[in-house]
Amino acid sequence: MPKPRVKVAWFDFACCEGCQIEMTNFGEPFVQLLQHVEPVEFREAMSEKTTERINVAFVEGSFTREADRARLEEIRTRSDIVVAYGQCAVSGGINALKNHMDDYSEAVYGKDCKRPHLDSQKALPVSAAIKVDYEIPGCPMDKAEFIRVVSQLVHGTTRVYQPSYPVCMECKRRETVCRYDDGDHCLGQVARAGCGAPCPADGIPCEACRGFVDNPNEAALAKVLHERGGLPKKWADTKSRMFAANQRGDA
Amino acid sequence: MRNMGRNVNISVHHITRVEGHGNIVVNVKNGTIEKCEWQVPEAPRFFEAMVRGRHYSEVARITSRICGICSVGHTLASLKASEAALGIEVSEQTVLLRRILKHAENFDSHILHVYFLVAPDLVGAPSVFPLAATHTEVVKRALRMKRLGHEWGSCIGGRTTHPTRAVVGGFSSLPGAAPTVRQGEKNLVELKQKLLAAVPDAVETYKLLLSLAGNIPSFTRPTEYVGLVDDYEYGLYDGKIGCLLPDGKRELVEVSDYRTVTNEYVVDRSTAKYAKHRLDSYMAGALARININYNRLHPEARKLAEGLGFKTPCFNPYMNSVAQFIEAVHSVYTSVELIDRVLTKGLKDETPVKPAKFARGAGAAEVPRGILFHEYEYDSDGFCTMGNCIIPTNQNHGNIQKDFEKLVPEMLAANRPEPEMELGLEMLVRAYDPCISCSTHYLDVTFKR
Repeated sequence: MPKPRVKVAWFDFACCEGCQIEMTNFGEPFVQLLQHVEPVEFREAMSEKTTERINVAFVEGSFTREADRARLEEIRTRSDIVVAYGQCAVSGGINALKNHMDDYSEAVYGKDCKRPHLDSQKALPVSAAIKVDYEIPGCPMDKAEFIRVVSQLVHGTTRVYQPSYPVCMECKRRETVCRYDDGDHCLGQVARAGCGAPCPADGIPCEACRGFVDNPNEAALAKVLHERGGLPKKWADTKSRMFAANQRGDA
Repeated sequence: MRNMGRNVNISVHHITRVEGHGNIVVNVKNGTIEKCEWQVPEAPRFFEAMVRGRHYSEVARITSRICGICSVGHTLASLKASEAALGIEVSEQTVLLRRILKHAENFDSHILHVYFLVAPDLVGAPSVFPLAATHTEVVKRALRMKRLGHEWGSCIGGRTTHPTRAVVGGFSSLPGAAPTVRQGEKNLVELKQKLLAAVPDAVETYKLLLSLAGNIPSFTRPTEYVGLVDDYEYGLYDGKIGCLLPDGKRELVEVSDYRTVTNEYVVDRSTAKYAKHRLDSYMAGALARININYNRLHPEARKLAEGLGFKTPCFNPYMNSVAQFIEAVHSVYTSVELIDRVLTKGLKDETPVKPAKFARGAGAAEVPRGILFHEYEYDSDGFCTMGNCIIPTNQNHGNIQKDFEKLVPEMLAANRPEPEMELGLEMLVRAYDPCISCSTHYLDVTFKR
């Protein structure tokens, strides 16, 4: 008898929904995935909703307003496993680039910024509101990593592997010329690997879209960005805010 | 009259199969419409504040994150705005490659929308997933075409969700990240072959659409249509702002004057900020573009349009999905020609052009859902001091609302049952293919249940 399929649901909060788009980029093999997982709820793709227990809930996007807490708690209550996928859900991602500002609402909404529905607090990871069991980082997430995690969960693994070494390792492995040697700058030395380092290979710096490695040396990063990368001091100091704002010492 | 005294209560909270969060609320009491609203409760994300203080090399990388589906278009509109502000003129090769990249995104997104979000309504399924078991070949074809869009865009831009290689002044590496020009040309030839190999799938899609066309609701509301008009090709990557009125009157506006077209304003009883130009509202997107630029469509795409009985000007917003398919076919054939042009000229290894000044500039591109504007100002060190992004879905919110206001009374007059009304309204919203999480500029939201 075939094994029952794992009931999977997808939910989204403040984000661009690009990580769910990544899933559609598999092409035909996606049909094979459906032999192992049964989508039971996915607002962007389906009208069906479920009252049954969800085995794995994938949550995309940041927790940016108190109004979303109840919805997150409900997802937690309905699900056995919660996976935060994409950097917005994992760390706050690009949304946290506003966290150090106090005038972001006024800058965008002008005199209407005090209206209650425009309330937005700091962009936080999903784990700031509910317990998260596993994380798939990246902006966008790496679709191969997504499949690996799904495969592990379908097979009942309790520990999902996450590299703790920096992106530099992956550039060396694929023999990409260092951005610094090309007269550029890069965050690869403190960025969490696992993506395969596609950006330096495409001729652009790593922006640490998967966040920092554990215990990053931020002072050394700023020094290298300034002295070797030629970035003005202020830019060197704030460079890593783009994706790692909530992991910085000044968060 | 049977309608007298009829009560209708439609409340669709977070409509499914659209990008982002929107609500439909219709209350009819004793035959009188008390409320008929399209609402947008998406979490605001403040991109225009976030780009302040960031270097010009980072800005497109940040604003591409506004939307995962149209991140190529956001990247290109952003690069063009920055390049206008920085006095950069990119090479002809860069423009050609960017055009191919833009076509890839339109194809990619249109296939996703037509097959995965709209088709289930036309065959009476709640989503594409049950169809994977009953219509496996159709779903496989859809996924195959979606994958093609992804590979096509990735060949040029590095990837389709937040492209890597498109940078201020040009491209950071050759197509396919080729180490040599010769390899880059080979990658383009391979892409061209892939595109030509997709023609049979496009023909099958045409037949499918032809068989389902009868299920597309008939509803018309003439409105103003706004989209890019390009001297070079069917407006997508570049051009001036074209405005078309129902009587056929046309107007061209410079991109730098985009605010004179968008005229955003707030409506008390409603939700998102609206845009209006000559009429109460206007429409952006595939239907607007095709109404404005029909004669610039590739002949092969026009052939299919004729086969589908598609005539311009088309005033039925539900036909936007058909317009999207016609555009997708146009993009396949046009990209083949664009690749040929790059190859005829010979691919060159170019360095991105450096800034010549630091000032203010605006840029526009057509994303799948319509015309998109970005505008930035930079200080003398190249750091951004101001950003403004006006996205097509915000320009369409007002037009969706006006469609509701015409459609609901028509549905009541025809005495259509409530579930049918609800589905009809949902399908209308889906036809616009709204991209609500894009709505960065202004969201004036109410939480009503």
